[in-house]
Parts: sequence; C-alpha cells; structure tokens
Amino acid sequence: MSNGTATLESTLLSPAEKQVQRPPLVLNKRTMAWISSYVSTIVESDTPRWWWISIAITSPIALLTPLLLCYLVSTGVGVWGNNSPVAWAWDITNFVFWIGIGHAGTLISAILFLTRQKWRTSINRAAEAMTLFAVVCAGLYPLFHVGRVWKAYFLAPVPNANAIWQNFRSPLLWDVFAVSTYFTVSILFWYTGLIPDLATIRDRCTTKVKKFIYGILALGWRGANRQWRHYEMAYLLLAGLSTPLVLSVHSVVSFDFATSVIPGWHATIFPPYFVAGAIFGGFAMVLTIMLPARALYPQLHDMITPSHIDKMCKVILLTGSIVGYAYLMELFMAWYGANPYERDAFWYRAFGPYWWAYASMMFCNVISPQVFWFKWCRTNVVAVFVVSMFVNAGMWFERFVIIATTLARDFLPSSWGMFHPTWVDIFTFIGTFGIFTTLFLLFVRFLPMICMFEVKAVLPEADPHYGEEH
Amino acid sequence: MSNFFPRWSNLLPLKLLVCLTVIGCGVVGGIWYYFTPKYTRVGYQPDQPVPFSHAIHVQQLGMDCRYCHSFVEIAGHSNIPNTQTCINCHGQGKIKSDSPRLAPVQESWKTGLPIPWVRIHKLPDYAYFNHAVHVNRGVSCYSCHGAINEMSVVYEAKPLSMAWCLECHRAPENFLRPFSEVFNMNWHPKTFEQQQEMGLKFKQEWNVNPPVTCGGCHR
Ligand code: HEC
Ligand code: HEC
Ligand code: HEC
Ligand code: HEC
Ligand code: HEC
Repeated sequence: MSNGTATLESTLLSPAEKQVQRPPLVLNKRTMAWISSYVSTIVESDTPRWWWISIAITSPIALLTPLLLCYLVSTGVGVWGNNSPVAWAWDITNFVFWIGIGHAGTLISAILFLTRQKWRTSINRAAEAMTLFAVVCAGLYPLFHVGRVWKAYFLAPVPNANAIWQNFRSPLLWDVFAVSTYFTVSILFWYTGLIPDLATIRDRCTTKVKKFIYGILALGWRGANRQWRHYEMAYLLLAGLSTPLVLSVHSVVSFDFATSVIPGWHATIFPPYFVAGAIFGGFAMVLTIMLPARALYPQLHDMITPSHIDKMCKVILLTGSIVGYAYLMELFMAWYGANPYERDAFWYRAFGPYWWAYASMMFCNVISPQVFWFKWCRTNVVAVFVVSMFVNAGMWFERFVIIATTLARDFLPSSWGMFHPTWVDIFTFIGTFGIFTTLFLLFVRFLPMICMFEVKAVLPEADPHYGEEH
Repeated sequence: MSNFFPRWSNLLPLKLLVCLTVIGCGVVGGIWYYFTPKYTRVGYQPDQPVPFSHAIHVQQLGMDCRYCHSFVEIAGHSNIPNTQTCINCHGQGKIKSDSPRLAPVQESWKTGLPIPWVRIHKLPDYAYFNHAVHVNRGVSCYSCHGAINEMSVVYEAKPLSMAWCLECHRAPENFLRPFSEVFNMNWHPKTFEQQQEMGLKFKQEWNVNPPVTCGGCHR
C-alpha cells in the first residue's frame, strides 16, 4: 500500500505498524466533493439505456407474481402443488429463502456499525435496500399460504366477532411478529440513514419538481449541529434495536420447524444453523447485486474496493463452513441419537428420491465456498460472482430439502408422497425475482446508492487524529 | 436553497399526523361497529311469501313452538312446518280460508309445492349446530332467537357470531332455565342474581358442559 497519504502516515507510524496497514477504504485519493458529486450524479444524470432495457425485462417478470396470486385466490389453493403430505412446499421454502437473504443487510448495517467496522459504509445502503426488497418478497408467501388472504388479519391480536385470540405458544405466530418487526425496524433504519443524503440531493436538484420531492423526503434536514447530534443518537439506538433482530428473526423462523415433533425438524441446532445460513445467503445476494452495479458504474470501484469484496467473501467462507458443520452435525446426531425415525429421515434425505436436492445443497453451500480460502478467488470478480450464484441456489435447495423431503415421508408409509411444483408455483417464484430486481433498479435510479456522508467520514482527511490511535 | 417550502409547511407534518390519527380511529371504530355481525345480521328481516305472524299464533293463540317446529326437540335441525300444518286450521271452510294473505298457502296445498319461505338464521357450513342438544339442556329459544312471540315478521335478533356462541358456552348459568319454561317465551327470571343462582344449580345438577374447544363446533 503506497499512495499519497503514506508520507504523512509514515512519519507517525512505527515500522511494525506500517506493515499491518489496512488497505484504504476509498481508493485513488478521492476527495469529499468527488464522492458527493459522483454518487449524486448517478441519480441526477439522464436515465442510462441499460436501465431502461433491464427494467423492461424485469417488470413484466415482476408482474407474474401478482397476476398468479390473483389466479391463486380466485381459483383456490389447489393451483399450487402442495398437498398432503407435503403441505408446506415451495411457498414456505421461498419464504425462508427470501427472509434469509434479508439478513445480510441488517448484519452489515447494525452489527458492523456497533463493532465499528468502517468498511460497511460503502455497502450498507444497498445491502439494507436489498434486505427490504427481500422481505417484501418473503412476506408475500406466508400471507398467501394462509389460504384466505383476506382473513390474514386474524394473525393480529385484534378483538373480533369470532372471539378468536392468537395462540401465543405457536411459533407461527412469533414468526408474524418477528418478520413484521424486522421489516419495520429495517425500513426505519434505512430511511434514517438516507435522510442526510436525501438532503444533499435536494440541495443539488435543478428542477422544482425534484426539489419538492426530495425536499419532502429529506424531512427538512439542514445538517445543523443539533440535527447531527440527534441523528447520531437515533442511528445508534436503531442499530442497537436491530442487532438482536439479526439473530432473532431467523431463529424464530427455525422454530417453525424445530418446535414440531417431526424427525428431521426437531433439532436444537436449528436456530444457530439457520442464522448462519441466512447471513451466508444474504452476503451471497449482496455480492450478486453489487458486482453488476459496480460493473455498470465503474467509479464505484473506488468505494466498493477489492478489499470490500474480499471481506464479504471471508464472511461467506466462515458462515458457509458453519452451515457445513451443521449439516454434518445433523447427520452425526441422527446416527449417534440412535432414533430409528431420525436416522431414516436423514437416510431418506441423502439417498431418497430427493438425493439430487441434497447433493446440490451440499455442493453449493459447503464445497463451493471453500475456494475462498484462496486469495485469488476472493479478488477475482468472476469467481466471486459464480460462487455467490452457487450459494444463492444452494440456500434455496437447503430450504427445499428441509421442508419438502421431510414432509414427503409422513409417519404412516401409506401417506408417503412426493411434491411436484405446478407451473403456478414456478412462475410465482420467478416473479419474485422480478419484483426484487425491479425494486432494486428503481432504488439505484432514484436514491443515492452509497451512503455519501458516511463514506466521507472514513476518508483519511476526515480523521482528526491523522490515523493516530488514542 | 433557502425556504423552498413556505413557513406554514413547518406545522404540516403535525397537522397531517393529527388528521391521520383521527381518520384512523374513525375507520377502526366504523369497521368495529358496522362490519360486525352485531350490525350486519341483527335485524335481518326478509319479506316472506306469506305474512305469517308469530305474534298472532304464539302470543295470541298460545301455540307451542313444537306444534310447527316439530323436530326441534329431537333433531339437530329445527324444521319449518309444511303446508299441511297450516291447513289443519286454515283449510277450506276453516279459519280465514279465503283471506288473500293465505292465498299462497292454499296454492301450495293444491299444487303440492312447498311455500318458498326465506331462510333467516343461517350458520356457515363449517360450524356445527344442534337444536336438540340445546333445547333439552334448558336453553330456551328465547336466548337465541329473541322475543319470537312478539314478532309479526321474524327477524334475526342475535348476531349468531362465534363470540356470541362462546359468551354462553363459557357461562351457561346466565341462560339456563327449568325444562318446563324452555318453550315459554314469556318466562323471565326476576333478577340477574336469581338467574345465576338457578343457572348454577342446573349446571351442577345436569352436569352441563358446553364445548369451548374448536372441535366442538368445527368438526
Ligand atoms: C303456527 C306454526 C308456528 C309456530 C307455533 C311457531 N312457528 Fe316459528 N315459524 C313458523 C313458520 C311458518 C316460519 C317460517 C316463516 C318465517 O320465517 O316467518 C317460522 C320461522 C321461525 C323462525 C325463523 C326461521 C329462520 O328462517 O331462520 C324461528 C327462529 C322461529 N320460527 C321460532 C319459533 C319459536 C321460538 C316458536 C315458539 C315460541 C315458534 N317459532 C312457533 C311457524 C311457526
Ligand atoms: C291452530 C290453528 C292454526 C294453525 C295451525 C295456523 N294458523 Fe294461521 N291463524 C290462526 C288463527 C286463529 C288466526 C287469526 C285469525 C284472525 O286474526 O281472526 C290466524 C291468522 C293467520 C294469518 C293472518 C290472516 C289474515 O288474513 O289476517 C296468516 C297469514 C296465517 N294465520 C298463516 C298461517 C300459516 C302460514 C300457518 C302454517 C305455518 C298457520 N297460519 C297455521 C290459526 C292457525
Ligand atoms: C342455542 C341457540 C339456539 C336455540 C336455543 C334455539 N335455536 Fe333455533 N337456531 C339457532 C341457530 C344458530 C340457527 C341457525 C342454524 C343453522 O344455520 O344451521 C337456528 C335456526 C332455527 C330455525 C331455522 C331453520 C331453517 O332451516 O330455516 C328455526 C325454525 C329455529 N331455529 C327454531 C328454533 C326453536 C323453535 C327453538 C326453541 C325450541 C330454537 N330454535 C332454539 C340457534 C338456536
Ligand atoms: C344460551 C346458551 C348457548 C348458546 C347461545 C349457544 N350454546 Fe351451544 N350449548 C349450550 C349448552 C347449555 C350446551 C349443552 C352442554 C351439555 O350438554 O353439557 C351446548 C352444547 C353445544 C354443542 C355440543 C353438542 C354435542 O353434541 O355435544 C355444540 C356443538 C354447540 N353447543 C354449538 C353452539 C353454537 C355453534 C352456538 C352458536 C351459534 C351455540 N352453541 C350457542 C348453550 C348455548
Ligand atoms: C361454540 C361453538 C364454537 C366454538 C367452540 C368455536 N367456534 Fe369458531 N365459529 C363458530 C361459529 C358459529 C362461527 C361462524 C361465525 C359467523 O358466521 O360469524 C365460527 C367461525 C370461526 C372462524 C371464522 C371463519 C371465517 O372464515 O370467518 C374461525 C377462524 C373459527 N371459528 C375458529 C375457531 C377456533 C380456532 C376455535 C377454537 C379456539 C373455535 N373456532 C371454536 C362456532 C364456534
């Protein structure tokens, strides 16, 4: 590492310290002004052609989901493939898949914030946006899985003419609270973080309409000292509030399975294993969308540096290995526990008719991320992209394996059955990717993709101590 | 970029918040009042093909419900009487046989086609209900159908919602009465204390134990 700031730093740092220098968070000695103007220009400039092309592709795909959900409601739940014994199938698989993806956003924004990991600043905004969009896709599934979606308000503890009160001992109900809290807190956190940047954009706007819209969105932010003090405190509190959520949401999702008495689900390892899996899948998705964004806006390379990608790959490697450990531990416990039903469940998973799903899961989640032990793979964008795609697929397979293969073998051999998705299942799921990417494209176009003021704060010139610890 | 928004807009968020709170409470209150069976069902009184009056037949003539609703004691379903029952009194040459109001009854008797009465009380198919169980355990028609004896045209007097069923199932002592008074619409305990005392005694003696588990009614 050798660039301009080194002259100043070399006078202050001892030789030993110089060797463990961290790579800079912003490359090419970009100035504060450059950061503001570059990030704002993405929003201000004319809509690029690639954007129109992509949204023309993704928005029709996104429409599939609402249309097919209308078809589902008007025709009946039979249009989905789930049926006895596999009553939870793709709907719950996709729910857990999407909600898991959301976890990277909160982890980056809350836990990395509290632990003062400065590298989070250039990716947190996009990761949080991704979280929200993933939770939107996730939320659709349980909502429609209840069957009569217009009765979904039964899930909320409101007094009603049926005198029905929620069963607070049911993890399915905790799920409702966990996911809705998560969504609310994530949206608050994301929006609070956006306010100063929205004000920046407002101040740079040229047309009246834009000024008006961004002016309202900025909620009257003037950047006064007092506002900053309140802001910092609010942000810190929200970070504190969302930190437990990173762990709780997916733990609660795992309780849906773990508190049942079904062999293959009834395991205490589920909560930590689900949380690790969620972070694993979430980071893979962050990479899946950040790498193309970075390719489309080349200057982002200065803020989302190879070192950022490297760090995210390390997180994937760590959580992927935890997940791999959990898979093996599940098998070990099935064998060691000597419960014939448990053994049978896992034997069936690995060698039954769903062996291909189990094998894909093992390959994508456990084996493929191991390439990240090599620095070369962590810095090669193509390799990173390919592995993160594998991880995305692998995490979907994991949920499918857990849900469908377990239910396919009911207790009574007479009620064993297989799950076959219908075309409605398939296209509804494809549609959620459309929703996700469409929302993300809109986000890139209309909101500052990078948290400008936080990135400015990690520039060397923003440090009053010139790199000296105290 | 100074003062892009006029000064009055400073208070706008507050005003909006107040308005939204008021509207929100209004909507919730409105739904609570207008969208529950207490409002949507109670008072439902469709036009019947024959202006049959329970007030005349029950109150004035003193007829027993079971003369017409003859299976209410022995079956789950309480039947609507057939035309034969009316013809017992309103047959040719008997009471008001040529009254125009009774024309559909005579018509039905001649053709053999039933009178198309419009059904009033109706539970959804997923809820199980049984008349005999209630009537034989000291629950009066009055508790569920109101003052039928005073109705010149029957209307729905109670919401028949699940909350309403449970209100009694959780505390049947508030409604139980002596077997002899089940079909007597004019019998009322003098005070609530008296009702409870009596109800508790019956509940104990007859071992009344209405289901409050889901499977009791959703079988
Ligand atoms: C003379 C025959 C007769 C007698 C006695 C009689 N009913 Fe009826 N009842 C009818 C007929 C006919 C109908 C259908 C027409 C209507 O709904 O007004 C009816 C309807 C009803 C209904 C409404 C049914 C629905 O559609 O939901 C109720 C409740 C009812 N009767 C209760 C009683 C009770 C309680 C008594 C005793 C106090 C009683 N009836 C006595 C003939 C009789
Ligand atoms: C026990 C004999 C009896 C039976 C059974 C009976 N009614 Fe009546 N009904 C009467 C009497 C008595 C009157 C009162 C006549 C009067 O007001 O002078 C009457 C009056 C009526 C009237 C009013 C007629 C008018 O012109 O004012 C109607 C309508 C009527 N009944 C319909 C029915 C129907 C329908 C049934 C069969 C479900 C029925 N009744 C069964 C005795 C009976
Ligand atoms: C515990 C409450 C309760 C009691 C007591 C009760 N009913 Fe009902 N009744 C109902 C309900 C609920 C329905 C609607 C049933 C359904 O839809 O299956 C009903 C329906 C009826 C009907 C209409 C049936 C039809 O097919 O149109 C008649 C008639 C009736 N009741 C008569 C009586 C009579 C007479 C008595 C007294 C002997 C009585 N009921 C006592 C609750 C009660
Ligand atoms: C006014 C009191 C009261 C109301 C209102 C009432 N019930 Fe009941 N119910 C009882 C009593 C009393 C029993 C008898 C318990 C026993 O036999 O131990 C009973 C029993 C039952 C049973 C058990 C039948 C069986 O076969 O064991 C069912 C089902 C039932 N009620 C359904 C309903 C439904 C549905 C409603 C609402 C539409 C309703 N009840 C409204 C008092 C009431
Ligand atoms: C005393 C009888 C009774 C019992 C016990 C009972 N229900 Fe009901 N339930 C009903 C009746 C009657 C209705 C129909 C109410 C209506 O039409 O407004 C109903 C309606 C419902 C509905 C509304 C369905 C819809 O689509 O609106 C649900 C859900 C329900 N019950 C669930 C339950 C659950 C869960 C339990 C056990 C905790 C339960 N019920 C116990 C009588 C009962």
